[in-house]
Amino acid sequence: MERVPILRIGDLLLVTIQVDLDDQSALALQEDLARRIVADSAHGVLIDITALDVVDSFIGRMLATVASISAVLDAETVVVGMRPAVAITLVELGLSLGGVRTALDIDKGLALLGRSTARG
Amino acid sequence: MLKGGTDEGGTVADDAGTNERLGAMLRTHRDVVLGRWIELVSSAMGPHSTTQEVEAELGTLYGAIADSLASGARPREQGFGEVRAMLSELSHDRARLGFSPTETAATVLNLKVAALSAVGDSLSDYVALSDVVDDLAAFTFEAYVAARETVITELAEQLLELSTPVVKLWEGVVAVPLVGTLDSARTQVVMEKLLQVLVDTGSDHAIIDITGVPAVDTQVAQHLLKTVVAARLMGAECVISGIRPQIAQTIVALGIEFGDIVTKASLADALQIAISAGKDG
Repeated sequence: MERVPILRIGDLLLVTIQVDLDDQSALALQEDLARRIVADSAHGVLIDITALDVVDSFIGRMLATVASISAVLDAETVVVGMRPAVAITLVELGLSLGGVRTALDIDKGLALLGRSTARG
Repeated sequence: MLKGGTDEGGTVADDAGTNERLGAMLRTHRDVVLGRWIELVSSAMGPHSTTQEVEAELGTLYGAIADSLASGARPREQGFGEVRAMLSELSHDRARLGFSPTETAATVLNLKVAALSAVGDSLSDYVALSDVVDDLAAFTFEAYVAARETVITELAEQLLELSTPVVKLWEGVVAVPLVGTLDSARTQVVMEKLLQVLVDTGSDHAIIDITGVPAVDTQVAQHLLKTVVAARLMGAECVISGIRPQIAQTIVALGIEFGDIVTKASLADALQIAISAGKDG
C-alpha cells in the first residue's frame, strides 16, 4: 500500500495525490491527515488532485470526509486542480462536495487559505 | 396482348427481350418522348429551374436509360449502374435545393406518361416500361431520403460546433452565451468546453448567459445546475445571466430552485459582480 506524503508549509499542510488511490490508501490518507493536523497544529489543508484522471464515488466521499474532519479540528480544506472530466464525473455521481472549498490551482488555493486564515 | 401475364415461367428471359425492345423503342422515338418528358417535368418544377437545365439533365438521363434497357439489364442490376449514379446525383441536388420528395420522384415517373404515345398498343410492353420506371422512381426516392438525412446530420453537427463559443470577457472572467434550445448532448458539450477553458485560462469566474435560450424547463435547469456545480468543484464561481421575465416566471412556476447560485438579469450585471469579486480575491 502506498502512503501519500503530507508536506508542511508554515501552518498549512500540502497533500499532492500523484497516483490513482485505492480505497485502502484513501482511508490511510484520511487518518494520516487527521493526525498531522493535530500534531502540526495546522490551520489549512491543501489537497492537489491535478494528477488524478479518475475519481470514483469513494474518493469523492473521502474528500468530503477529510474536509469535515479538518473543520472539526479547526483547519480549512481546499481541493485544487480538479480536472474537467473529474468534475463532470462527480456531478453525474451526485457528489457536489458541499463542505469542500475548491480552487483552480495551488496558487489560487494558497491565496484562498491565506485570506481566510488571516481573517480568522 | 396479355401474353406476358400468362407466361410467368419465362419472365426473366422475357424481360430481357422486352427491355431490349423498349430500349430500341426509346432510342427511335427519342425526340418525341424526350420532348414530352422535358415539357412535363419543366411544368411540374415551375420557376425553380430553367428549361435549359432540365433539358440537359433529362437528355443525358434519357440516353443512359435507353442504353441500359437496350443492353437487356434490369433496373436493380449492374447494367443500370450509370443510371442509378445519375439518379442519385439528381436526388442529392433536389434534396439540397429543397424540392419535395414527391416532386423529385415525379421527375422520373413522368417518363411513363411521356412514353405512352411511343409504346403504342402493346399493353405488356407498357407494363414492363412502367415497372422499370417505378423501380427507378423508388430508387430516386431512397436516394432523396439518404441525401436529406446527410443534410440533417451535417446541420446538427454544425449547430453543435457553432453554438457553443466560450469567450473571455475580462481577466479571470469567461462567458458562454447560450443560443437555442438546450438538450443533454449540447449541455454536455457546453459543460466540457467551459470547464476546459476555465483550466486553460485560469479563470475563476464564469458567466452562463441564457438570453438566447427560448425556454427553460426542469431539464434545462438541471443541466445548468450541473454545469455550475461542476465549475464550483474545479474552484470557479458561476453566475447565470440573461434571464428574461417570462423565463423567470416559468422558473418560479415550475418550482426550480437555483439555491445559492447567483442569477442576474443582464450580462452587464453579471460581469460587474464577477469583476468586483475578482478584485476582492
